Amino acid sequence: MKKFGFTISTPRNLDLDATQMDRANELLERVPSLNVCIGCGACTATCSAGMFTSFNIRRVQTLFRRGQLEELDKQLHSCMLCGKCMLVCPRGINTRQMVIEMRRLLNE
Amino acid sequence: MKVAIIGAGPAGIEAASLLAQQGVNVTLFEQEASPLKNLTDKAFLFPDFAEAEQLVLALTQKLRNPMIQVETSTPIVDLQEDSRQWILTTQQGKRHIFDRVLVATGYTPFDAHRKEELGYGIYKGIHTSLEMEQMLKTKHIVNTVGDIPRRITFLQCVGSRDEKTGNHYCSKICCVTAVKQAIEAKKLLPQTEVSVFYMDLRMWGQGFEEMYRHAQEEYHIQFVRGRISEASSTFDGRVQIKAEDTLMGLPLKMTTDLLILMVGMEASQGTRTLAKACGQCGDYGFFKTVDPQLGDNLTSLPHLYAAGTCKRPMSINDTLNDARSAAWRLMED
Repeated sequence: MKKFGFTISTPRNLDLDATQMDRANELLERVPSLNVCIGCGACTATCSAGMFTSFNIRRVQTLFRRGQLEELDKQLHSCMLCGKCMLVCPRGINTRQMVIEMRRLLNE
Repeated sequence: MKVAIIGAGPAGIEAASLLAQQGVNVTLFEQEASPLKNLTDKAFLFPDFAEAEQLVLALTQKLRNPMIQVETSTPIVDLQEDSRQWILTTQQGKRHIFDRVLVATGYTPFDAHRKEELGYGIYKGIHTSLEMEQMLKTKHIVNTVGDIPRRITFLQCVGSRDEKTGNHYCSKICCVTAVKQAIEAKKLLPQTEVSVFYMDLRMWGQGFEEMYRHAQEEYHIQFVRGRISEASSTFDGRVQIKAEDTLMGLPLKMTTDLLILMVGMEASQGTRTLAKACGQCGDYGFFKTVDPQLGDNLTSLPHLYAAGTCKRPMSINDTLNDARSAAWRLMED
């Protein structure tokens, strides 16, 4: 029988109803300063790792907080924890702790 | 009733003029040699591109009233209440007694040197929005070697919404000022590429959103969502900036001839000194009022009022309205 209809392609939208948010919530518990991120990208702009790899700290953080955790572990290993992002963050977020906690949560 | 107003900016003058019209004697104290210092630094006003000079003239005209006495070069350094009267002390050590006092000591622009990573005062080609206003006024906008700039780039939120400078607040006027200056620059230099880097664009006032749209539609000004985190110099005297284009999700670098830093508003030294002297310190050194609804011109002390940018960042239009409301509150009590 020929298949047609909605089952042919999987929807591309972010389904927040079907997303597990426990690790995202746990990240905010562990790094409370992350709650105030406004996504300005100052961290990514200054990032030493982002200059040479596809690592984008602002994007990784956004994906993590939306529960989209695939491939993040690999990307997070590009970070050298230099802390330049902490120097430029206008919200005073502890970005280095954020990276460490994201790595921990992905391996727990 | 003897009334003192401290600060001869738009708020002080507008309030003085309204009180004088109602037959109240007003003494207006100004620390500078002439009134309206911050306003005379501006070229054009948003959202109608009115010449700031015209407003300076109109406000100066209002001072020509026999009920208003202006004391220039007279900083007030202390403000004390004593048996329902107010004692003002000038820097020269002279004391004056008044029944009511309106504080209108205003703001000071954020000092861009404090954001060292943005290179102001270190590299050429990096200017504040106030310097840009002067360049627009004199119609003399050139790059570091004196030629017409190929690119002009504006950066929002310098010294505002920034944990690192201790200013969590939004200075409110910079978003629309950048749009205004971008349009003016493009009018003068149609061949120049003009971009604005922003975190959020807050077009809160009447006509502001339309100006933003106009800037895109008619002047093709580029708006890039990302905060510039570093600026440095190139070998040929241009400015290199680094930001993230957050909508693309990629780090971005770009050279520009001029980088304009949209500096925010901070409480002026006069505001800080007087707020401290009479115990009315609000957040970030601004003057504190009773509540933001019905008591926004009142302080916790009797017969002491506040108006304008000594309370928080405010546009000129809002400042003038606030001054009128303060004058009415003062007469009502």
